[in-house]
Amino acid sequence: MTDAALPPAETEALPPRRRGRLRQALARDRKAQVGLAVLAVFVIGMAFASLISPYDPNEMTLDMMSGPSWAHPLGTDDLGRDLLSRILHGTRVSLLIGVSTVVIALALGVALGMAAGWYGGWLDLVIMRYIDLQWAFPNFIIAVYLVAVFGTGLVNVIVAVSLAFLDDFARIARSMTLTIREEQFVDAARTMGFSDGRILLRHVLPSAMAPIIVQATVSVSYAILGEATLSFLGLGVEATTPTWGLILADGRGFVSQAWWLGVFPGLAIMLVVLAINFIGDWLRDALDVRQSL
Amino acid sequence: MTVFLIRRTLGAIAVMWAVATLVFFMLRLVPGDPIAAMLADAAGPEAEAALRARLGLDQPVAVQYALWLWNALQGDLGASIYGSNQPVRTIIAEAFPRTLSLALLSFVIAVAIAVPAGIVSATRRNTRADAAVSLGAFLGLSMPDFWLAILLIIVFAANLQWLPAIGYVPMSESFWGWLEHLILPAIAVGTAFSAIIARMIRSSLLEVMKADYMRTARAKGLRERAILWGHAMPNAMIPVITVVGIAFALLISGAVVVENVFAIKGLGRVLIGGIQARDYPVVQGAILVISAFFVFSNLLVDLAYGALDPRIRYD
Repeated sequence: MTDAALPPAETEALPPRRRGRLRQALARDRKAQVGLAVLAVFVIGMAFASLISPYDPNEMTLDMMSGPSWAHPLGTDDLGRDLLSRILHGTRVSLLIGVSTVVIALALGVALGMAAGWYGGWLDLVIMRYIDLQWAFPNFIIAVYLVAVFGTGLVNVIVAVSLAFLDDFARIARSMTLTIREEQFVDAARTMGFSDGRILLRHVLPSAMAPIIVQATVSVSYAILGEATLSFLGLGVEATTPTWGLILADGRGFVSQAWWLGVFPGLAIMLVVLAINFIGDWLRDALDVRQSL
Repeated sequence: MTVFLIRRTLGAIAVMWAVATLVFFMLRLVPGDPIAAMLADAAGPEAEAALRARLGLDQPVAVQYALWLWNALQGDLGASIYGSNQPVRTIIAEAFPRTLSLALLSFVIAVAIAVPAGIVSATRRNTRADAAVSLGAFLGLSMPDFWLAILLIIVFAANLQWLPAIGYVPMSESFWGWLEHLILPAIAVGTAFSAIIARMIRSSLLEVMKADYMRTARAKGLRERAILWGHAMPNAMIPVITVVGIAFALLISGAVVVENVFAIKGLGRVLIGGIQARDYPVVQGAILVISAFFVFSNLLVDLAYGALDPRIRYD
């Protein structure tokens, strides 16, 4: 599927516009189609959460730990809360954190990486020493360290996860900047007297976008996993916010009597992460970014 | 090679120094007063002053920093602020073997799954087996390890009752007891790792199979098995080793998380419990040891890399 090589005519011709390439690759890539569809289902479910499941996600009832039924399609938890409502509302928080952390990590990381690559010298040295240090450790351990310092809660988790993912973007942006810096169009822009900021934003950044987009997609899935893990461990958002990790943590003591509490919230995490990974693979193929781990 | 060895080892030591510094400043970065955060409101000024003195916070920062590095070098990481004020060193000495055995067993399981899966999907490219491995790898990468842990408990502990759901038995007490308690956590930790390795083996093998020496091996009439193990695998393993080093991160952070599901009192449990209780000396010690574990296992991988591929010269 994804391994299918492009016919030679297509690779040799001038590259068609990106959007066209994306669409062509999508038509061939069944995994990406599935991924987009799954993600769409979750986004729709999130948008119409109160229509699909009319219960308040935090409302406790006496209907405790009842299995999946017509009234409660995914069952209820130990406090009689409707599991489907909780998962649908959790989608909001998980996607919000997944996307916002990556946006912040991308903005900071790309700025640091481009500054390091563009100016070089001691600035490059200082920035890259730090980035290399962070690179030497798993993102998750860095997020845990930051939560240990700043404490738990929604904002702190967003800060911790964003900072933990910053090094990936900084490295890509730096190496792309180093390559593009030598291009003629950059020389031309410089000769025309454009400021560094303008050259970086208008000329260097767009050329570096493809690998950054691919990395951002993959990072969203890791950020969602990271937030779920932190919340599961009790280091995440406040206990009153239903997030997937927290719902699993709440239900974990009851899984031997109520399997649905252990199965469905995790299934939601896995489906969304899987969908984003499929989409990331499609983008990588379509934008022709060399695979890197 | 010796030059590389020395330079790489010095690099690892520099990283550890940086980590020790970051961990030292952690307590000073806590917003507000860490002492107030650690103690209950009713503790009173005397208890606060006592704790401040015990943590050395009443001295100038430079002195605190020098003391912290000096003590850490000697293995003295302070003491827990709770209960009987157990030394952090003792807590970690108890927890570390558990995390280490979990990580190692996960590694063995992951490799045992990944190698055959990777070989099958590369040698039978674009067949159903290949597609199954590819889908399995995607699932393994997308599944949160703690969720897999819960699923394993639901199936093998709660329903089939084949294996215990929680706890740990040291290997020195009973090997089977050890294995019985660790097998489910190790599967939960190792799955994502095996997915990465399997994908890497597949793409690396496919690359190697295009080489001229593979055609030569076939042309001289070697059997497929001899070609695979004698020619393809040794060459294909080189990039895999690098990825193993990078992916080892997954094992460590996976163990930290999964220990909490199976109530194994390893480093992860110590770390998370310490953060929740705001027991900063314990948190500092645990982060330092986890980092050291990580830095030195990466160092080992780098050195193994040189030994495996005679073409690699570092000078």
